[in-house]
Amino acid sequence: MKLFVKSLRTGIVTAKVALAGEQPEWSRGFPLVDAVRCQGCGECAVACPTGAITVAGPGAGEEIQEETPGSLGVALAAGGQWRLSVTRCLGCGACEEACPARNIRCGGDFAGREAWAHASQGGRSKARSLHIRHLDGGSCNACDWEMVALTNPVYDVQRLGFDFVASPRHADALMVTGAVTRNLEEAVVKTYEATPAPKLVIAVGACACSGGLFTAGYAIAGGVKRVLPVDVYIPGCPPTPDAMIQGLCQAMAIYPNTSRKSLP
Amino acid sequence: MTVGDLQRLIYELRQELGEGFGVEERHGNEFRLEVRRDLLPAACRHLSHQGRAALVNMVGTDEREIDGCYRLYYTFSPEDADLFITLISGIPSEDPAFPSVTPVVPAAHWYEREVQDLLGLAAQGHPDPRPLVLHRQWPRGLYPLRKDFDGTVQPELTGEHFPFRQVEGDGVCQVPVGPIHAGIIEPGHFRFSVVGEAIINLEAQLFYTHRGVEKRCEGMPYHRALLLAERTCGACSFSHSTAFCQAVEKLAGVVLPERAGYLRAVLLEMERLYNHIGDIGNICAGVGLAFGTSHGGRLKERLMALNQRVAGNRFLRGVNVIGGTGRDLDDATRRVVLDTVAEVRRDFREVMEILLDNSAFRDRLETTGILSTQVARDLGVVGPAARASGIDRDTRRDHPHAAYDRLSVRVPVYTQGDVMARFRVRADEVIISLDMVEELLNTLPAGPVRTGVGSIPPYRAALGYTESPRGEDIHWVMSGPGDTVFRCRIRSASYCNWPAVPMTVPGNIVPDFPLINKSFELCYSCTDR
Repeated sequence: MKLFVKSLRTGIVTAKVALAGEQPEWSRGFPLVDAVRCQGCGECAVACPTGAITVAGPGAGEEIQEETPGSLGVALAAGGQWRLSVTRCLGCGACEEACPARNIRCGGDFAGREAWAHASQGGRSKARSLHIRHLDGGSCNACDWEMVALTNPVYDVQRLGFDFVASPRHADALMVTGAVTRNLEEAVVKTYEATPAPKLVIAVGACACSGGLFTAGYAIAGGVKRVLPVDVYIPGCPPTPDAMIQGLCQAMAIYPNTSRKSLP
Repeated sequence: MTVGDLQRLIYELRQELGEGFGVEERHGNEFRLEVRRDLLPAACRHLSHQGRAALVNMVGTDEREIDGCYRLYYTFSPEDADLFITLISGIPSEDPAFPSVTPVVPAAHWYEREVQDLLGLAAQGHPDPRPLVLHRQWPRGLYPLRKDFDGTVQPELTGEHFPFRQVEGDGVCQVPVGPIHAGIIEPGHFRFSVVGEAIINLEAQLFYTHRGVEKRCEGMPYHRALLLAERTCGACSFSHSTAFCQAVEKLAGVVLPERAGYLRAVLLEMERLYNHIGDIGNICAGVGLAFGTSHGGRLKERLMALNQRVAGNRFLRGVNVIGGTGRDLDDATRRVVLDTVAEVRRDFREVMEILLDNSAFRDRLETTGILSTQVARDLGVVGPAARASGIDRDTRRDHPHAAYDRLSVRVPVYTQGDVMARFRVRADEVIISLDMVEELLNTLPAGPVRTGVGSIPPYRAALGYTESPRGEDIHWVMSGPGDTVFRCRIRSASYCNWPAVPMTVPGNIVPDFPLINKSFELCYSCTDR
């Protein structure tokens, strides 16, 4: 009896999803640079542990090429460009600390920065639900725990049409975390192959999106796209549950309009 | 044990084992003694049995660039003393082998297999020399932690599979589970041998999430290696980053500002709180009690939001720096934390009362998955799992760090060793942690939160340690030239505890396995690195 009374008294705790820019002001994320004051010295780029920042100072003249989707570029008042690869960014604050003029504040919200792999994608589909298979490709477990949080009463993704399934054979989408270790490559590929088409691959977190700190090495493939074709990137280290929900909604919007039906 | 007792123990070692002992050094609470490699098993045995010291770490290093040798460092910690004693053995490069210590100190088993896999130092006489870290597919003769191995190279994998032990008999089936599991959980492979539902044997193969963190650290400046240490694990992020910082701070000889020590302790307890409450919720999920899972999830979410408030990050990342903390706590936030602590305490107590009142719930947890005190001691189990099996160890009380020397740390100990005992230890520790956070925040001293760190001379080693939610985390760091890491050994609590899990399973039924696993709630990534 006490069990029911306790739950009744607790009431509904499900929160409204926080959209891009609605994170509380104390949350930290990717760097925002003051484009007016920045002189393009490049100290932030040197300090960045994943090479997420590139700075072309005045007179450089060249457009910095985008490597992964989800880059954002800022034209500097002093000339030149400051560019951030959001899928590489850990939100660690090394750039903020390194900037000699304190022009950087790590307040950018990763939510809303998810990116699609292909420009061809983007029609609205009729999908109203997405069944997801979680696939840990060798993460530190932060992204995985945030995914577990998606099913807690506060985020309750089931009300939005998302659910996690036990078998890849029941899945519409794979949410992959981690940079894919070599010990797991075989299992990752087999899980993808066991998922019936049409299917989406969603890379969750900096490691999955770009390798993050775990670029290719003796034990690591270096990011999910080295092993599987990725459709949606959700950046962050880890992305908050709100950011994951934004990414999932985008994924649902493009399912099943993927341009690929099987592993090339 | 006092310092005098330890010195007497070392003297006894020399007497008993004769020549073959070299230089003895002391740095703070760390004693070091050089030992000829053939004396390792006898010396370790003496420390473990006569000294009643637990093996807490073993590192292998490639120091050939320094003096042509590999080296092994076996670190022990005696009961009731804030002391560590490390036996150090040089292994010549032309004969990379050593007598295994595992037959006399079983807790050495994984450390020695790891040193075999990653450094190619053969542990002669090891009872289980199968590959541990690099799965069978890894080509023989390549050792990633040797300095002449280029860590960016990706050798061709051979495709062989791990030789699991077979159980033969009428009606015995092998049930393979993983590495990809049905729920949202990290990867590991479990090979069950069952008759019907009853489990006869379980063997686990881990290291699927081995990312080569330690190799990656080598040659990195300390502040960058800190980012790696922080990402060894998600749920134990702050414990790992604190242990790493402590090791480097010891090497640099810096004194941590008082306020930084308090802040680190507060955050360490906040990490413990969200983990323990989440784990309690997960244990309820293991028996299908949705009430517990939902309220546990709700309370955990409250604490994660609090983490974000205090640190800007839900996993408390980006706070620790070498020399202190990079962020301070303003008074408004301090008050929010205190208010939340009071509310969570009341809320949690209500939920616990309801859970423990439920006889079906108690029935599932009691007598399930028993870890005996003897096995726990032999394997060097740490944390709540150890305390649930009668072992009274807690790094906060036994090796005070951060601000723990200012608190009286209460340590709950139970003896049944079953899932219920591990559940109760966590529930007690939640209340203890809430009280600690209150006490720390009510007595928070003013002052700076960080101090400068100068250059660190190369080839010196130090230990950093914390009590993570799973138990003792140890970071052993050796400095290199140019203020970079020469070698970093990250020994998480889960590394010690994983080998104990399969020992608790035989005699239980298959549906009990997820419950037993959740009662340990060990991290795979902490272990695998």
